[in-house]
Amino acid sequence: MESNASQILHELESLRAAKADIDRRISALEAQLQQVTLQNDAIPNGSYPPISTVGSSHLNGHDHHLTPAMIHRYSRHLLLPSFGVQAQSNLLKSSVLVVGAGGLGSPALLYLAACGVGRLGIVDHDVVELNNMHRQIIHTETFIGRPKVKSAANACRSVNSTVEIVEHHEALRTSNALEIFNKYDVIVDATDNAPSRYMISDCCVLLGKPLVSGAALGLEGQLTVYNYNGGPCYRCLFPTPPPATACQRCADSGVLGVVPGIIGCLQALEAIKIASAIGEPLSGRMLLFNALEARIRIVKIRGRSLQCEACKENATFTQQQFREFDYEKFTQSPLAPSPLKLKLLQADSRISSKEYHERVANGEAHVLVDVRPAHHFKIVSLPKSLNIPLPSLEARFPEITSALKEEEEQKSVGSGSSAQLYVICRRGNDSQRAVQCLHKMGFTSARDIVGGLESWTHDVDANFPTY
Amino acid sequence: MAGSGSFGISSAPGHYNIGGLELLCDSVKVHNVKVELQNGAEKLTMKDLLGWVRTNLIKERPEMFMKGDTVRPGVLVLVNDCDWELSGQLDTTLEEKDVVVFISTLHGG
Repeated sequence: MESNASQILHELESLRAAKADIDRRISALEAQLQQVTLQNDAIPNGSYPPISTVGSSHLNGHDHHLTPAMIHRYSRHLLLPSFGVQAQSNLLKSSVLVVGAGGLGSPALLYLAACGVGRLGIVDHDVVELNNMHRQIIHTETFIGRPKVKSAANACRSVNSTVEIVEHHEALRTSNALEIFNKYDVIVDATDNAPSRYMISDCCVLLGKPLVSGAALGLEGQLTVYNYNGGPCYRCLFPTPPPATACQRCADSGVLGVVPGIIGCLQALEAIKIASAIGEPLSGRMLLFNALEARIRIVKIRGRSLQCEACKENATFTQQQFREFDYEKFTQSPLAPSPLKLKLLQADSRISSKEYHERVANGEAHVLVDVRPAHHFKIVSLPKSLNIPLPSLEARFPEITSALKEEEEQKSVGSGSSAQLYVICRRGNDSQRAVQCLHKMGFTSARDIVGGLESWTHDVDANFPTY
Repeated sequence: MAGSGSFGISSAPGHYNIGGLELLCDSVKVHNVKVELQNGAEKLTMKDLLGWVRTNLIKERPEMFMKGDTVRPGVLVLVNDCDWELSGQLDTTLEEKDVVVFISTLHGG
């Protein structure tokens, strides 16, 4: 059965790759076709050059440079009295950079491409994964395993082939941020971690770029515009980074897909307002979105801080200092968050998932305690495991004791030996903490399963779900 | 302690509405609280209120709420939908029925 499944998986994979390749060729040809049609539109008799290069006299006194195709494409914008030709022309001449093609960046990029900014840059170093799909709506299944930048650029081009899409397939670092940001008028922060947010804000201050900053987690979102027209920067609001324990990640805490979608749409809106010079950007104010309560509040925040290290008058923070600044050390959290791998226990207090599997197969008398939160346990668990979430471990020692006793009776373990005690969690960090605690309380033979349920999927049963 | 926190409205004297502490207060999002003034004090300040909250409301991990005598880094304090930096931070004086919300900045995306 297992080899059968892997054959199917393999065939699926190669079919998907072939499909992605065909999709790519289709969209390239479509873009080509559109380009040809556009040129034909602009030069109906081959007698005059495209409108964008001719003077206003050819346009019956109209002072814009919109081609007939542009007028048709953006007609609903042009019909808006408060937007119209002027704002659309501004937009077409502007450039916007979106850092992060994830949950926030997905809708932001799609709307920015659709609305007709002149140049749209995308920075991302990550690849598309299945567990991104519920919120990162710019990506399609055919791109799983491939760079998000490619996937996002492909989607943007298929929405609007007339926008110049620039792919920055790299992680944003102090070594490349200045050079990349320099090429754009407006920066959109659609990242997912604290060090990136400080780095992006500082870089915007150094280069005088407005920053549209959005964030989302769980069922809540936040939005504001930094460094715009004398308004505050990120450091004015948060001069000291929060403790790393206060920085939750979507991969650990979860996020309802539509929530970053809403914030990302609002980020596109703010970027469009700034780039087209209409309305009042959300500077000096912050929008707080609560999805469960269906509540949006807009609160007044402080102005530029006189003490701000980055943006105060006569600030001494230079581009050179920026290049050398260690944002990971400053925030005590990594730029590209990778799962924590603790090593708290000696080797003899640990067991691999493979070895655990063998012991179960041999009918060893044992109890497996799963210390994940109850809502994790409901997603998936190993057979016969006992769920005792880490925070309640101490209070529930008696349950472990009686489970061990019961197992010994059932398997009729002879006197002198006893049932083994194993602990598992999602990735193998909390299980070590739990074993430390168990050791202290007298369960001296307790061992944890290295790498948790993820290693079970990886090394024992590929069909065991990961989340 | 995340998010905007909802809030109730009270007209009883000496009452303040506090929101945004749900993760540290048994998931209770809105607290309608009555804080007695210290002897001789004419008005309650945010400094008084923070001390009161720490003693009376926070059920777990106080370090996720405060550092020293103020809120921990990464927490925005809003008094009636306004950043407390604009009203004097710890020295902000509170009026009857004022609404105080603690916002933990989000980084996810």
